[in-house]
Amino acid sequence: MISIHDLSVQVGDKLILKAVDFSLPSNGFMAVLGPNGGGKSTLIRCILKLQEYSGSIELDSEHSSRIGYVPQIKTLDRSFPARADELVATALKRKWPWSMNSECKEIVDDALDKVGAGHLGHQQIRNLSGGELQRVYLARAVIGNPKLLILDEPSAGVDQAGAADLLEIVENYRRSAGAMVIMITHDWEVAFHHATHVLVLKTHQVAFGKADEALTEKAIREAFGHVGHSHGVLSGGHPDG
Amino acid sequence: MVCSAEVILMVDFMAYPFMQRALVAGLLLSALSGYYGVFLVQRKLSFLGAGLGHAAFGGIALGLLLGIQPLWIALPFTVVVAAGISWVKSHTKLSGDTAIGIFFSVSVALGILFLSLKSGQQVDAFSYLFGSILSVGNTDVWISACLALVGIVTLKTHWAAWAYASFDEEAARIEGLSVRGHDTLLTVLIAITIVLSVKIVGILLVAAWMVIPAAAGRLLAPTFKAMTLSAIAFSAFSAVLGLYLSYLLDLPSGAVIVLVQSALFIFAVVLQRSWSK
Repeated sequence: MISIHDLSVQVGDKLILKAVDFSLPSNGFMAVLGPNGGGKSTLIRCILKLQEYSGSIELDSEHSSRIGYVPQIKTLDRSFPARADELVATALKRKWPWSMNSECKEIVDDALDKVGAGHLGHQQIRNLSGGELQRVYLARAVIGNPKLLILDEPSAGVDQAGAADLLEIVENYRRSAGAMVIMITHDWEVAFHHATHVLVLKTHQVAFGKADEALTEKAIREAFGHVGHSHGVLSGGHPDG
Repeated sequence: MVCSAEVILMVDFMAYPFMQRALVAGLLLSALSGYYGVFLVQRKLSFLGAGLGHAAFGGIALGLLLGIQPLWIALPFTVVVAAGISWVKSHTKLSGDTAIGIFFSVSVALGILFLSLKSGQQVDAFSYLFGSILSVGNTDVWISACLALVGIVTLKTHWAAWAYASFDEEAARIEGLSVRGHDTLLTVLIAITIVLSVKIVGILLVAAWMVIPAAAGRLLAPTFKAMTLSAIAFSAFSAVLGLYLSYLLDLPSGAVIVLVQSALFIFAVVLQRSWSK
């Protein structure tokens, strides 16, 4: 379980997050929505201890011992000379691998197989598509069987079919490992049909709860200024329909 | 006949003590420069090499002004500048290249000021600006050997952490690596390597000496390990061939070494383009 109380982040004179307060049960799946600059990535950075904050973040020992993290691929240096299996092995070695012994290689190959990326191990990361790189990152994130999996916009730069596959892998992992998932997304479909909980951020906490409780028209208007693509989902249809 | 003439020239080349010192120091420092250069290139910090090279100029000029062996002043001076750049980068809103630009300019300004206060030192200062293998002494060889030993140790103990932070600093921090501590050590070792290399290639070319072999390695290597090893090999090969050619053709050593590196870089570009077709 993760409990966040009165979490605020101020950088210089700019308030990035204000009084965020929620609890997510074990094996919950929380979608984090909000406009750009609304503090979504900052919330993740706080949980990962990369950002100073006021307030409290409480994680039970099971969830805090190992956190799997899938960063935004658009922020990564794709030109770095590396193979996909080396990238996955960083999760085992906790540093960049000079070489991999057979045991390490077996674990890495197994992790890649689990996310349907077994054939990508020897590919250079600069040659991977967005969806393929996300799978490799997912393999890296789940290699230690973490009980908390954090994903920062995993569908950004990935085609619709690839995003759906990725979501299925995440869902399967959550169910099989009994893990908690926190996912930043702009995909209303994920928020309405996959997440057990939804957090809407616009510096402050606009709404939190089960999807149908949190994603009211009022909350969406407050966060985004309009209902936009969420309208189709709010009225029970497909978001893009 | 031509072949035997070349062998005689090579033996001749190796016979002079100043050339032996230049060759040993050049080989050790070039290998180190290739090694540390991969981190400069991968972190997009090529300008740091130029900045620290010019910071060394300030320290060398201060040594000449005080009448102390310039190396002993340039080393701490450059390390302090390197620490200053790191501090400004991490404690202010300024970007790395802005911090480097400021320290670079201040160091050069101080160097000019120190030289103007001590007349008759322009010739010495020129040998540091353009490099001179004649100035490589036994002390430089021993310091280079010690630094090479440190380099070999860090290859075992720090390369993996530096590589991880070069790829994704945030991920390295999540894994519990002390990225700031690692960065400081790397910057200090780069600063020392630059100061020692200045005697061979000069302040004006020291950034190229560190960056070009790494850039060539990056074009050809499929992994960061291969990039590191190829940068070390390219750098060492360029230093030996460059020193030999500079002796053979009676040309400035630093310029010839960097031109050999550049030829290797062009070769790497052509090879990489032919692979990608």
